[in-house]
Amino acid sequence: MTGSTKLTTGAEMATILATDCGSTTTKAILIEKVGGEYRQTFRGEAPTTVEAPVEDVTRGVLNAIQEVEELSGRTLLEGEKILTPSEGRRGADLYVSTSSAGGGLQMMVAGVVMAMTAESAQRCALGAGAIVMDVLASNDGRAGHEKIERIRHLRPDMILLSGGTDGGTISHVVEMAEYIRAADPKPRLGGGYMLPVIFAGNRDAGGQIQEILGDRTALVITDNIRPVLERENLSPARQMIHDLFLEHVMAQAPGYGTLIGWTGAPIMPTPAAVGLIMEKAARQQGLNLLGVDIGGATTDVFSVVDGQFTRTVSANLGMSYSVSNVLAEAGLTQIQRWLPVLLDEQDVRNRIKNKMIRPTTIPQTQEDLALEQAVAREALRLALDQHKVLAVGLKGIQQERTISDAFEQREGGKSLIDLYRIDLIIGSGGILSHAPRRVQAMLMLIDAYQPLGLTRLAVDSIFMMPHLGVLSKVNERAATEVFLKDCLIPLGSCLAAEGSGKSGEPCFTYTIRFADGRHEKGALRFGELRRLELPPGAEAELEAEPSRGFNLGAGDGRAVAVKATGGAVGLILDARGRPLRLPEDPSGRAAQLRAWAKAVDLYPG
Amino acid sequence: MAHSYAPGLRVAPRTVVRKRRILPIPGQVLVNQGQAVTAATVIAQADLPGKVHTVNVVNLLGIVPDEIRRYMLKHEGDAVRAGEPLAENRPFIKWFQTRVPAPITGTVESVSEVTGQVFLREPPKPLALSAYLDGLVVETFPGQGASVETTCSLVQGIFGIGGEAAGTIAVGVANPEEALVAERITDAHRHTILIGGSFIDREGLARAQQVGVSAIVIGGIRDLDLRALIGRDLGVAITGTEQVGLTLIITEGFGRITMAKRTFDLLASMVGRRASCSGATQIRAGVIRPEVIIPLTPPPLPPPRRGEGEGGGAEGGVRGATGVEGQAVGGGLKVGDQIRIIREPYFGRICSVAALPADLQLLPTESKVRVLEAELEGGRRVLVPRANVELLES
Repeated sequence: MTGSTKLTTGAEMATILATDCGSTTTKAILIEKVGGEYRQTFRGEAPTTVEAPVEDVTRGVLNAIQEVEELSGRTLLEGEKILTPSEGRRGADLYVSTSSAGGGLQMMVAGVVMAMTAESAQRCALGAGAIVMDVLASNDGRAGHEKIERIRHLRPDMILLSGGTDGGTISHVVEMAEYIRAADPKPRLGGGYMLPVIFAGNRDAGGQIQEILGDRTALVITDNIRPVLERENLSPARQMIHDLFLEHVMAQAPGYGTLIGWTGAPIMPTPAAVGLIMEKAARQQGLNLLGVDIGGATTDVFSVVDGQFTRTVSANLGMSYSVSNVLAEAGLTQIQRWLPVLLDEQDVRNRIKNKMIRPTTIPQTQEDLALEQAVAREALRLALDQHKVLAVGLKGIQQERTISDAFEQREGGKSLIDLYRIDLIIGSGGILSHAPRRVQAMLMLIDAYQPLGLTRLAVDSIFMMPHLGVLSKVNERAATEVFLKDCLIPLGSCLAAEGSGKSGEPCFTYTIRFADGRHEKGALRFGELRRLELPPGAEAELEAEPSRGFNLGAGDGRAVAVKATGGAVGLILDARGRPLRLPEDPSGRAAQLRAWAKAVDLYPG
Repeated sequence: MAHSYAPGLRVAPRTVVRKRRILPIPGQVLVNQGQAVTAATVIAQADLPGKVHTVNVVNLLGIVPDEIRRYMLKHEGDAVRAGEPLAENRPFIKWFQTRVPAPITGTVESVSEVTGQVFLREPPKPLALSAYLDGLVVETFPGQGASVETTCSLVQGIFGIGGEAAGTIAVGVANPEEALVAERITDAHRHTILIGGSFIDREGLARAQQVGVSAIVIGGIRDLDLRALIGRDLGVAITGTEQVGLTLIITEGFGRITMAKRTFDLLASMVGRRASCSGATQIRAGVIRPEVIIPLTPPPLPPPRRGEGEGGGAEGGVRGATGVEGQAVGGGLKVGDQIRIIREPYFGRICSVAALPADLQLLPTESKVRVLEAELEGGRRVLVPRANVELLES
């Protein structure tokens, strides 16, 4: 739906105001046309006010906008109203917003076969920006009563039910509907309305599903997400999720009724907006990209590979509220292995728990910073592992695939995340964006993701991707211009070799030709890490020849010629091998980490 | 001397707490406005729908789904006992007859002619919602529950484990610096809310469980001991449903940390008084902190028994305290304010604000942040990020 704010066409827009209502902070940004191009100029933030005592999201929005007003000197509010359109130094031409307040969009999905329709349903819900609380399927190994208990205890915002190809058997999907009916699930936000259920399965089952769920739930029926085995059709169900998010979920949250009326485009769930801007930027630049947003409670991973967009969310991997869960999931030794100074178990555990109970504190010592960054490496790694499981097999929406692909997917599928083919990794979230040294952010991403061959890396400056995502629905040009100019801070490039060897054995030689005609030659031995200056905006021709047993992207021992792009860090040459193995002995490992840290100037002193 | 004050946490000698006690599903309210209640008084009750079980009758009888009704012995709404036949086939030779018994006692909820499944529901489970506090019913919500109000002392902790409990306040240490060791916990502490000092280890916790202590209130605990207590690594700070035989409330944090003197003094002054407490914690949106509530004007009471007063709360129907006359700290920090440092390298130290530099300062990590200058005991001055301190009241 469109709010009451009058839309100005893209061409006329000179001033755009955007907010993101997060679970703790509402962030407002101002985008203005400066010299014919769109730039993000001012930002403000204020605590989100969804909960008591205020219980009105618009209060936080107005406070954040007020801060933008104060900083910019531009009048944006008239009383408690956003001024639109702009006139001189007053108002904005467009106001848009995203929201993840109150826990975001929480969904349960169900399908018939776990690796087929249930997985498609999961991809659909995640792509729409939801947290998937559980995935149910006829073959998920749970007995009927266990499924019913699970549905009953979860209180999702909505359920996506899929299953069956069009014209195929209906009994399995009807069985899932019967389980939902028996569980009689209640929506998370209040009992005053019926739980929205989207049926996107075998169209022949629509009548039966209506009969079973029509009187117990707010049922909507949309196109099958898997009309035939070889094709996934997620778009209609994803759009339906967005519509119901606005009509049911947002409408229940305090103050959103008013906020919806202010915006010039439908409010989007925050992660859906982040995914959208990444998808559009990747398409526009012709890139395969991998993006991560590591927050306090959750970590979202996005990938766009050959145009196929996949999003996953690791609901309990994060750096404050969920920091202790990273320890629980990764295990202590996995975290300790990244520490350049040895800390004993008791100390590591207590520090992590104290961060969990006082999530707003910040590291004051190098030791503490190294511990947080060690936890971040593990959170990033685990979230990528989870992403790889879902970013598999199927090609993009409406693209054909063969039956043999389907069988392959059933066996777990081939991951789309081939790190040789990832051109750009984007990191977002405080631990990455606010790392005291940019090289720390770059090394966290390299250690966690272990990119192969040549990969560019960047961080999000002030987390404005949600704003740009929802803006891209109305004004794609403004959104992508700001994304590339103000949102992303290029860190540089990393050239990494796959393979393993003995410490000190030759790994690869390289020649770099800079734009000013200089050139530099060198060689790396296995286990070495090197950092070379290559400033933002600069490019250099890089030729490298790996030794036998190592691969830089062209094959074992085969030379590569690539173009490296500069950034705040420059060019990292990584001869530590892939997979990256750290010494087993704790003191030897710590010494190795300190040597690498020194090689790239990771820490002061 | 200073006393602890974490933002959002309350340590109030006298305040009014009102608890909204709501059933998770509609039910019957058993109290009236103005009625005096004890923590154990059941104020509302409801029948929780029983679990649903499925029986795939068509598979078991080898029939097709649309024939199922012809084979059913029980129909929608019928009561069944476990083992009683639900359906049977009728072969020519009776020897080949197959009967499908009901796996549970309950009622037949539905019979599907599409999938051939029969859904059985267990009998409803009664749920009793207690008052949780000794106090007065100040408001009732027909079919839902009631609000109970009490004038009390209130202590909120930073983190807890376990659900609601009631007991008499007892103190197991001489001062807030002292650790609560196993040897100090005796049979006399059965059914008490036992106040410790800076620390309790796993032996102390085991002893408290063995003795039957209702709740422990302590300055700090080691994470490894917490893991031993709950049997797993706690991932996310959403607690309250643990079943470990006692409720644990930590007032300061993880490690050995002296309990704030004001917290300790307040609790120690209440020895022998009956109190209610809860370990439920939620550190994220909708924050919930563990609490000890000590009514100051309790009505005559029966002897306390642990376990009473649980029930509805575990179903998530309990709302947080409202109407607390919190001693919230207005405004920001001032020079001379007493603070506690809550992060390394000075974690747990109580000191005073010596200066509040306006400019951002560079930390050893190279982050530029707002800091304050803190004067430690002995007069040493150190820079600390403002994000890493909690204000204490003097």
